Amino acid sequence: MNTIAGSNNKKLALIATKGTLDWAYPPFILASTAAALDYDVHMFFTFYGLQLLKKKLDLKVSPLGNPGMPMPMGMDKWFPVAGTALPGMETMMTSMMKSKIKNKGVASVESLRDACLESGVTMIGCQMTIDLFDLSPDDFIDGIEYGGAATFFEFAGESDVNLMV
Amino acid sequence: MEEFDAQVDATGLNCPMPILRAKKALTGLASGQVLKIIATDPGSVKDFEAFAKQTGHQLLQSESAGELFTYLIRKV
Repeated sequence: MNTIAGSNNKKLALIATKGTLDWAYPPFILASTAAALDYDVHMFFTFYGLQLLKKKLDLKVSPLGNPGMPMPMGMDKWFPVAGTALPGMETMMTSMMKSKIKNKGVASVESLRDACLESGVTMIGCQMTIDLFDLSPDDFIDGIEYGGAATFFEFAGESDVNLMV
Repeated sequence: MEEFDAQVDATGLNCPMPILRAKKALTGLASGQVLKIIATDPGSVKDFEAFAKQTGHQLLQSESAGELFTYLIRKV
């Protein structure tokens, strides 16, 4: 059986720093795929990235301050930048993004995270951020570890691939 | 005539789901058994080559017909 993580002897260390719906994808896509390629994978979640460890994910995407975001009906071409700050805009873009994700057969963040957990990806929450923002570990999924920068370097130092998202 | 021991339907699924589904199915197979995967993600062509190269599983066949991509992978 090659269910044992890391049987190709490669290691991936990844830092997830962002807590929006769009930026939740790169870390979980890369980590789950690396695990499928038999990498031993460690993910370190810090600052806003800790949102990705919540039991109940409530991730949003915002057009505000994001000129690269394609908007429906060419709105990004003629819409005033200040308009992206309108109330309700974030909710609207989030629901549009979610329906696009579904229509295009892109997996949900939850299912990619589950795939990571099932394949033995180690997830570490940044203790300092938890203290800084008064977050409660009770809100996070089970099976994660907590640590700091030194904990990250313990596996990052011997990893073949190091990514910060 | 292609022969296989298990099949994964990954049609309509986008990256990285075809790879994740294939990996999961391969885990349940014995060494030497063959998995057939059907996908519609055009990116899966290169991805399954890369998957085979890195995991050691053998990509026996990679075919496209219209919008369908079919792969046969033998578990190492």
